[in-house]
Amino acid sequence: MKKKRKFPYIYIGLVTILMYIPIIVTVVYSFNASKISSVWGGFSLTWYEALWKDREIKEALWNSIVLALSSCTLAVFIGTLGAVGMSKTTSKFNDLISYLATLPLMIPEIILGMVFLALFSAMGLPFGMPTLILAHTTFCIPYLFIMVSARLIGMDKSLEEAARDLGATQVRTFFDIILPQLVPAILSGVLLSFAMSFDDVVISIFVTGPKVNLLPIKIYTKLKTGITPEINALATIMLAVTILFVLLSRLIGRKSANQ
Amino acid sequence: MKRKKWIIATMLPIYLFTILFVICPMIYMVVLSFMSRAEVWGVVSVFTLDNYRKILEPLYLNTFRESLQLAFTSTAVIILIGYPFGYYMGQLNEKWKKRMMLLIMIPFWTSSLIRLYGWIIMFRSNGVLDMVLMGLGITEKPLKLLYSYPAVATGMVYALLPFMILSVYSSVEKMDWNLVEAARDLGASGMKAFWTVTFPLTLPGLFSGIILTFIPSMGLFFIADILGGNKIVLVGSVIQEQLTKGRNLPFAAALSVILMVLTSLLIRLYRKLFHTKEIEGLV
Repeated sequence: MKKKRKFPYIYIGLVTILMYIPIIVTVVYSFNASKISSVWGGFSLTWYEALWKDREIKEALWNSIVLALSSCTLAVFIGTLGAVGMSKTTSKFNDLISYLATLPLMIPEIILGMVFLALFSAMGLPFGMPTLILAHTTFCIPYLFIMVSARLIGMDKSLEEAARDLGATQVRTFFDIILPQLVPAILSGVLLSFAMSFDDVVISIFVTGPKVNLLPIKIYTKLKTGITPEINALATIMLAVTILFVLLSRLIGRKSANQ
Repeated sequence: MKRKKWIIATMLPIYLFTILFVICPMIYMVVLSFMSRAEVWGVVSVFTLDNYRKILEPLYLNTFRESLQLAFTSTAVIILIGYPFGYYMGQLNEKWKKRMMLLIMIPFWTSSLIRLYGWIIMFRSNGVLDMVLMGLGITEKPLKLLYSYPAVATGMVYALLPFMILSVYSSVEKMDWNLVEAARDLGASGMKAFWTVTFPLTLPGLFSGIILTFIPSMGLFFIADILGGNKIVLVGSVIQEQLTKGRNLPFAAALSVILMVLTSLLIRLYRKLFHTKEIEGLV
């Protein structure tokens, strides 16, 4: 007979609550009518209204979305194709490149930011959206590459062989057989890299230009200077989007598990 | 033959991208760290060891010491909180495992800045924490926790804890519980079975958690910046300062090289110890 112990449940519960306290506090105070964050002045949507009127924030949000979408799209192509290609060839360079391609996940972001700044200024690229996209694509590729590679290892090879035996071309086999099986892996890679790109401050701060405003950088400078409850409202909205994202990825995960 | 070409074409982008934006910048960083800075902005290609010599100056050596100290402290706290959490989480039933995963993924995916912001509201004087503590009569005056060492350490622990939990959890998930049962059947106490069976088996997860928390905690300058004011300076803060205000690219490169060497040493150690290429719980 296994004894049911209560301690693990209490421990997990307590730590989880601790993890959520700052988040809950932020959400609660976003509805605070008072400007001083420690005083509760009643329920209000003032800060959401202020946020809605803030053109700079809206512009920054738009830039961040464009950046995350472009880097993800590039990373999907590069990462997926690379993973498929490498699964079909054996070369010692493959090991080396796949190690180096995933390196951006392991080294501190500050180093990536530093080297990109150095490289782009040496190349004479003007800092702005293009440099941001290049830098973000570099750290988005590993997510796609790892996810797709892992899926390819677990995939049933017989379907592909059957298609080839029946006379399908390599390209046709890829689009009709391989790609559909990769979709869940690609989607989870996209969600993860989108979230990472959308959230990144450290790398963006170094490679952004004077004209491009990004949401995380905007929040960062606001947090450093004065704190307004507007940030609470923004935080709450972003939190809602995150929860939606996580639920979506769970749904995709469940779908692929059912297949 | 034709088939070969097609496959090479698919790999071309990732080869090119990796060479151009991972290998080249890394090599350039090392080269840069041996160059001299120009008068105003930029670099002159004159070989020098000055940048490394500069790190040995008491001011910067001190920064390294403080940074390492903070990294050790936060990693220790993260292990103490995260290891039991991952360990217990791995023993929940399937339904609760999934629910807990969801609960951990939400803060993990939420912007780290936004999660930090919650701590500002908590820590600032007369903030939520002060209100609660004073309301309960535990403290009399505001604690003035914001812009202090404990605040920065809390921020680090909070930002990096999910990495540890997920690494340990994935290790526990893979573990064969029959081994523990066998040890118990052979008469080992619960404690003994844990230290001789479970702990060694979850060590890869623990160590990859350490890699994922220790190294970033030296570089995440914005946490020190926001929760510590100007009081706590990390290696990351110095690199950022040298790039933006100091305009000293070679010195920033030298600092990055040192940080990079530390990182690769840790990763190497991990691979040597556990004979594996993959870092547990990374994605």
